[in-house]
Amino acid sequence: MIKTVEGARVLAEAAVACRLDVVACYPITPTTHLTEELNQFYADGRIPEYLTVEAEFSAISALIGASAAGARTFTTTGGQGLLYMHEPLFSAAGMRLPIVMLVGNRAVSSPLNIWNDEQDTISQRDTGWIQIYCRNNQEAVDSIPQAFYVAEKILLPVMVCVDGHYLTHAVEQVDVPDEKLVQGFLPPYKYPLKLDPQNPVSLGVYANPTHYQTFREDVVADMEAAKEILVEAGKKWGKLTGREYGLINAYKVKDADRVLLSVGSVMDNVVMVVDELREKGEKVGALHLRVLRPFPREEIAKALEGKKVGVIDRDLSIGAQAPIYLEIAEALNGKGAQVSSFYGGLGGRGVKRVHIRELFEKLRKGPVKQWITTEPPKAAMKG
Amino acid sequence: MIIPHAKPGTSVQNITGEWKAYMPVVNGDKCIKCGICQNFCPEGIMGEVKRIPEIDYEYCKGCSVCANECPVKCIEMRRVEQD
Amino acid sequence: MDNNRAAQSGDERIGMWDGMSKQSEMHLFAPGHSGCPGCGPSNVLIQVCDTLGKDIVVVQATGCMEITSTQYPQTAWRVPYIHSLFQNAPAVASGVSRALKAQGNDHTKVVVIAGDGSTYDIGFGALSGMLERGDDVLYVCYDNQLYANTGVQKSGATPYGAATTTTTVGSVHRGKETERKPIAEIVAAHGIAYVASASVAYSADLQNKVRKANAVKGPSFLVVDSPCCLGQGFDGGITMKVAKLNVMSRLWFLYEIENGKFKLNFNPANPKPLQEVLGLQKRFRHLSPGQIEHIQKQADASYNALLEKAGLLESQKSFSSPEKPLNTPK
Repeated sequence: MIKTVEGARVLAEAAVACRLDVVACYPITPTTHLTEELNQFYADGRIPEYLTVEAEFSAISALIGASAAGARTFTTTGGQGLLYMHEPLFSAAGMRLPIVMLVGNRAVSSPLNIWNDEQDTISQRDTGWIQIYCRNNQEAVDSIPQAFYVAEKILLPVMVCVDGHYLTHAVEQVDVPDEKLVQGFLPPYKYPLKLDPQNPVSLGVYANPTHYQTFREDVVADMEAAKEILVEAGKKWGKLTGREYGLINAYKVKDADRVLLSVGSVMDNVVMVVDELREKGEKVGALHLRVLRPFPREEIAKALEGKKVGVIDRDLSIGAQAPIYLEIAEALNGKGAQVSSFYGGLGGRGVKRVHIRELFEKLRKGPVKQWITTEPPKAAMKG
Repeated sequence: MIIPHAKPGTSVQNITGEWKAYMPVVNGDKCIKCGICQNFCPEGIMGEVKRIPEIDYEYCKGCSVCANECPVKCIEMRRVEQD
Repeated sequence: MDNNRAAQSGDERIGMWDGMSKQSEMHLFAPGHSGCPGCGPSNVLIQVCDTLGKDIVVVQATGCMEITSTQYPQTAWRVPYIHSLFQNAPAVASGVSRALKAQGNDHTKVVVIAGDGSTYDIGFGALSGMLERGDDVLYVCYDNQLYANTGVQKSGATPYGAATTTTTVGSVHRGKETERKPIAEIVAAHGIAYVASASVAYSADLQNKVRKANAVKGPSFLVVDSPCCLGQGFDGGITMKVAKLNVMSRLWFLYEIENGKFKLNFNPANPKPLQEVLGLQKRFRHLSPGQIEHIQKQADASYNALLEKAGLLESQKSFSSPEKPLNTPK
């Protein structure tokens, strides 16, 4: 059903259409409205259990317990809240629990900043969680059911990432999947070793050097296998809705000589600039890295071989090269590509079309590594 | 796809009886079947309460809680024979 | 009531199972775990689980009892069990409890088993949140008054004066310089239905409290004195003796707080002098007369406060509760 409402509202609807059993949320900007919308659904009986936990650490912990007991679980957070979950994120993935979380990307303290960049989710890329990034709210509502599909099949948790404020607070026209459609797509949740007095196993064991690495090797292998299931989910969803998804979204990349790549809503701006420049005869393209984990190395290499690529990182790895750039550069090693690194757009400094046009220009010459959006918004500088 | 887990009660594969330097020996004639030793055993291997204790030496660590708590002192801690 | 639950009648027996055969198969917490010889907390686990029966889910916090009981591929637990992290057992338990309810299961009890490290310190916030939410969880804290598993460091439960590796005895500082947290009162202040302080050595009392906590629909909390031979510095063989002396010396009290109302379960008529139980433990060997005096003062203050809260008048101070403990002190 097509709706024109705030992102948080449609995200909640998409989640509830998946027939959630247990939700545990702690409010934090920019996902507060989503925790509230979910609570409204709970108050109206559409979600059986909603825990108002006292911290994000407890939110994800409660879902670890609920998921292990056989419940389909969901939560939302961003920024500091996600950072606070860092320890239990590893635990959830290591215990192979198919929890789904909607992250509203927010900059990290200190200094404190409630606006958008990708630092929070980028810094969780080692945790064993699958990461899906969304360019707009349509992609987000489509990705939530797909997230449950993949999570429950491969038994790894999934975070669906949307840019805080830009998407969570955006009012867009979105075709929201209804419960009937989602139920046709998503099989009922069955955790193979759920906590059950009839079959009393011990979960979350202590593994010494003899055993620990074996479990980790298994997680790595399954994360790799998740690629196929992500593609399968995207195709199946495409058959049901006409909107198919994959690991990447390549827009006019095939014959492009210059391509800009990033995650999240900035890509819709890049697409607009690509259209603009194409009118002028420039051969440019946009590649959205929809799935960051598992990292689609082969797809990247195939799509961007021989091209001039600019990676926009709205995140940092302080003391080293920008994180997404590094992974792309490695994938394109020996593929005749020229990879540039553009980092900035932090803490809500939007990467606008005026910046993007400049980046396409910069790509013409040799590979470059530099800051972008180095000028603060004009109004803000009164001290 | 491995979910790290362990099957119930598999700790019995760990023969902790090898730990002990002293082993409890019960004098059944003196035993008053009070159930105290069975109740307090940290391994839970002294058998049913209200009966003369039947000790599973495979798991007894020789802690001597039973001997110390017995109200009639009918349990003796004997040095385990060294090989 | 579910017929899987044992010892329903208030009988002092434990571990009676239909079809039970070997000693090693008698309890829901199996032998073969790597607890120290004479481990107090291990015995608490046996008593608690057997009293509750099979229809439970155990949620455990990281700690001695978790490490010693679940080394892959072995587990000592014969009930469904989950361990996640050190500080999140109450939150995980809340989640399990809600999931069971969402599945229409209103009989399986969720039980947290955590040490004092998790309960008093790192998991304190999560515990408070669980209590405020009113989740149906039975919380058992096995209290050995220190962080045992990491090698005997101080916790919020460590009493004044005690030596641990982070309240070391040196030339300037000599043991812990602050009091332990009054955890039962703190938990009770959340307004929950049932809180109790028990001891591993007073079995009938402990098991009775487990049963009462189990019957609560909502959060309940037990803190159980579980002396730790390695951490507190005595031979494992006298664990129960130390536990009994703690109660007999009025250093540990057996009481309940039911909907805010205090009830003292046992009050020794002729309390033992502190030096007797303190002298048995290496962690108190360094105490100066001044420190012992301080401990005595605090113990007296706690005792009097408890009497007052329990509404016991001067003349009733030395009564012995009709519910006699299993082991009548000699």
